[in-house]
Amino acid sequence: MNLGRRTLIGIPYLWLLLLFLVPFGIILKISLSDIALAIPPYTPTLDLSEGWQGIRSFFAALDFENYIFLTEDDLYWRAYLSSLKIAFISTLLALAVGFPIAYGMANAASEWRPTLMMLVILPFWTSFLIRVYAWIGILSNEGFLNQFLLWTGIISEPLQIMNTPTAVYIGIVYTYLPFMILPIYATLERMDESLLEAAEDLGCSRSSAFWLITVPLSKSGVIAGCFLVFIPALGEFVIPSLLGGSGTLMIGKVLWEEFFNNRDWPVASAVAIILLLILVIPIILFQKNQEKEQEVDA
Amino acid sequence: MQAQARPAEFAPWNDPNETPLIRFDGVTKRFGNFTAIDDIDLAIHRKEFFALLGPSGCGKTTLMRMLAGFEAPTEGQITIGGKDMAGIPPNKREVNMMFQSYALFPHLTIWDNIAFGLKRSDMAKDQIAARVDEMLRLTRLERFSKRKPHQISGGQRQRVALARSLAKAPKLLLLDEPLGALDKKLRQDTQFELMDIQEKTETTFVIVTHDQEEAMTVASRVAVMDNGKIIQVDTPPRIYESPNSVYVADFIGDVNLITGTAQLGQGGAALLTWAEGQPEIIGTAGEGLSASAPATFAIRPEKVNISESRPECVNNVVRGKIHDIAYLGNISTYHVELPDGQIIKAQTANNRRLSQRMYTWEDEVYLSWTDTAGLVLAG
Amino acid sequence: MRRFTWFNATSLSLGFAFLYIPMIILIVYSFNSSRLVTVWAGFSTRWYGELIQNEAFLDAAWVTLRVAFVSSCIATVLGTMAAYVLVRGGRFMGRTLFSGMIYAPLVMPEVITGLSLLLLFISIGLDRGVFTIILAHTTFSMCYVSVVVSSRLVSFDRSVEEAALDLGCTPFDAFKSVTLPIIAPAVISGWLLAFTLSLDDLVIASFTAGPSATTLPIKIFSSVRLGVSPEINALSTILISLVTIGVVTASLVSKRRIVQARRDEQMAEQTA
Repeated sequence: MNLGRRTLIGIPYLWLLLLFLVPFGIILKISLSDIALAIPPYTPTLDLSEGWQGIRSFFAALDFENYIFLTEDDLYWRAYLSSLKIAFISTLLALAVGFPIAYGMANAASEWRPTLMMLVILPFWTSFLIRVYAWIGILSNEGFLNQFLLWTGIISEPLQIMNTPTAVYIGIVYTYLPFMILPIYATLERMDESLLEAAEDLGCSRSSAFWLITVPLSKSGVIAGCFLVFIPALGEFVIPSLLGGSGTLMIGKVLWEEFFNNRDWPVASAVAIILLLILVIPIILFQKNQEKEQEVDA
Repeated sequence: MQAQARPAEFAPWNDPNETPLIRFDGVTKRFGNFTAIDDIDLAIHRKEFFALLGPSGCGKTTLMRMLAGFEAPTEGQITIGGKDMAGIPPNKREVNMMFQSYALFPHLTIWDNIAFGLKRSDMAKDQIAARVDEMLRLTRLERFSKRKPHQISGGQRQRVALARSLAKAPKLLLLDEPLGALDKKLRQDTQFELMDIQEKTETTFVIVTHDQEEAMTVASRVAVMDNGKIIQVDTPPRIYESPNSVYVADFIGDVNLITGTAQLGQGGAALLTWAEGQPEIIGTAGEGLSASAPATFAIRPEKVNISESRPECVNNVVRGKIHDIAYLGNISTYHVELPDGQIIKAQTANNRRLSQRMYTWEDEVYLSWTDTAGLVLAG
Repeated sequence: MRRFTWFNATSLSLGFAFLYIPMIILIVYSFNSSRLVTVWAGFSTRWYGELIQNEAFLDAAWVTLRVAFVSSCIATVLGTMAAYVLVRGGRFMGRTLFSGMIYAPLVMPEVITGLSLLLLFISIGLDRGVFTIILAHTTFSMCYVSVVVSSRLVSFDRSVEEAALDLGCTPFDAFKSVTLPIIAPAVISGWLLAFTLSLDDLVIASFTAGPSATTLPIKIFSSVRLGVSPEINALSTILISLVTIGVVTASLVSKRRIVQARRDEQMAEQTA
């Protein structure tokens, strides 16, 4: 292996090892440590000056106390479950909103499609924070939605949406909608029109052709879109903390508060490790889906 | 010139008592300002293997899509089995189509693809299974029934598409460039298979193709189309031997065309004046030929004789120099340049192995043909 | 013949209304003269004036731009290298780990990435500030760059590179004079993506920024927590406009390029 190739591989490799893999090791290690009133606020710390003895006593002091603590305090259980529930429901809602949009785009005249694409991508380039922020003014008790509903006479009292899970659902669906639309649009767009004609020719009505052909063929796009919404939604922090208030419990928020407010680094690390373990399953499923699709393409 | 492709008894289009299965009456189809189909009348009979032949954009696919129900005529009427088809959607027609792209459902197995149409009808489950197995046998696909479309070869996919569209035993099967995606060798084998299956199932086939050889091979009758109009409908031998226009003569097979002015002769013959100092060409008069009008003499290269010395007892003789020779194995084509610069092609069969070429480049030769070998066509 | 029906038209209009109405409200109300953000009291550009005088925001914006520029440039170089290694590098030891490390940050919750990097910086005793934010942003955005670039690398015909080698290029020459120009659009969009991701990031920056450095999202977040404010509306309007101008220009340019290419082809065919 020549020098050029070695540096080409080596530089990005080393960068990721140092700034991605090593930090993981550190999280794992701290999650097994004890909280301490010190800097850094945990023990033990690895002291290599004591040589082999130091390494042994370091490992001896590690334990699963923090994980046991997580199972004992039901705050964490509820936070994980509530995150799963919120992520799951938001994903379904995003699918319900995103599929018709993707379908409409795929059926639009071809000269319109690039413009529609741009309209879907544009919000994605706009600040995430600002897009969440925009909903505060809409959903709050004096917000535009309540003003509008009061004006139409549908309601007589302002609805409490802000600081409830509903606000979080809306926020997640809104910010992650492009991730749902784009993969579904991609599968629908490259679907051969003659498949629907063949189905009709063989006796299907238009609606049964949709259910028997269009829906199964968009499956991989739907799955990809769902994971692309579900995975980041599960660890979401900004949306629950701006729109969910104290009324919604999500694990990203708990981790943040554990770290910044309680300064309990070992517990925060343990929370992070468990969140990762939960995420491994959908991530692997997502990967499988992508691989399968590539196989079919090839 | 009464030769026919099929056994002489199958010619329902010549029998005035036969009612055709499909009728087009004054059918026109416009897309915006573009006229795809221009006032067409056409009758297709039961059990026919009917080919729509023409260059791309001539309207043949639109004509077929109107039969399937994907397009509605702008004017005129289409009837199938005596029933007006206006307003009847594709799923309510006893017509099935084999798509150019095959349009196999990628998420279903071969078996389920073939069963797809049957499941849309009220056929019992065991009957469906029996019918699918029958189709698999017919198309020799039994071994692949559990596979998905992307796991079989192009030729097998073509047979699945055929089996799927035949499974419902339609009155009429439409085939849109069914062999276009296959390579030449496979295409030739498949052409005979298609004819075989058509005879076995006794279904009426309408095939769209731009490949004239394919149309000539499979079809009982061919409709040559151009610019939304049907130019000629006839059996393959008649299309080849008696084209009704220069367009058809030129489109089907290889032809020499010589332009000039026509004079009508006796007994269906015609004379063509074509160049200063050259004797007039004698040929058979084509349809609608009028005297003293511009005309074109059309003759197939294989009907032109080539010889070293001037042949006796033949009226049509010209002299020229060999310009090019194309050796194709079974035949050789000589491109002979006449004194006025015009090139005439003459074909000879190479029926002796490794025989020395009789003629070579720059040789002076005589070309000759009989009085009835060529046609004098109007235009 | 695609099937565009009233159903498609409705779902598209409702969908885009959902995507755009919140931003439009934000923009309209940034010109409201009242401090009460939900009551319209007349047109005014007052909040833009106050925003320009707000030094804390300006400082934060300056920090953010510097971080975004430096981190996206490094990330583009590293990400392009990584993409090239993944697509063209062949086999080497630890390739699976390498591709795993490229794809993992894309799906990693930001809180975890932020936390892990912070713990790293503390344990090696690195002072937190602009430098650590740059390190953190470079790390996750190089993964995005590499995904964008490698999809372009996968799709282009490798024989073009081989032709360059055949004509006497060294591998480096071939990369510089053939591969790079071909993948340039992907590299540029990778850079843009890295730049906006960095501009946009709140969570990782919050973890890795020390008290000495505050980025714009951190600033916005802390003031937004207290509720809606007209200055933030004004700031949002500016950011949304910048992005809109950028995206619309980019798509017009690419559209024009496609049209031009098509026209050139026609010209070539006619003159041929």
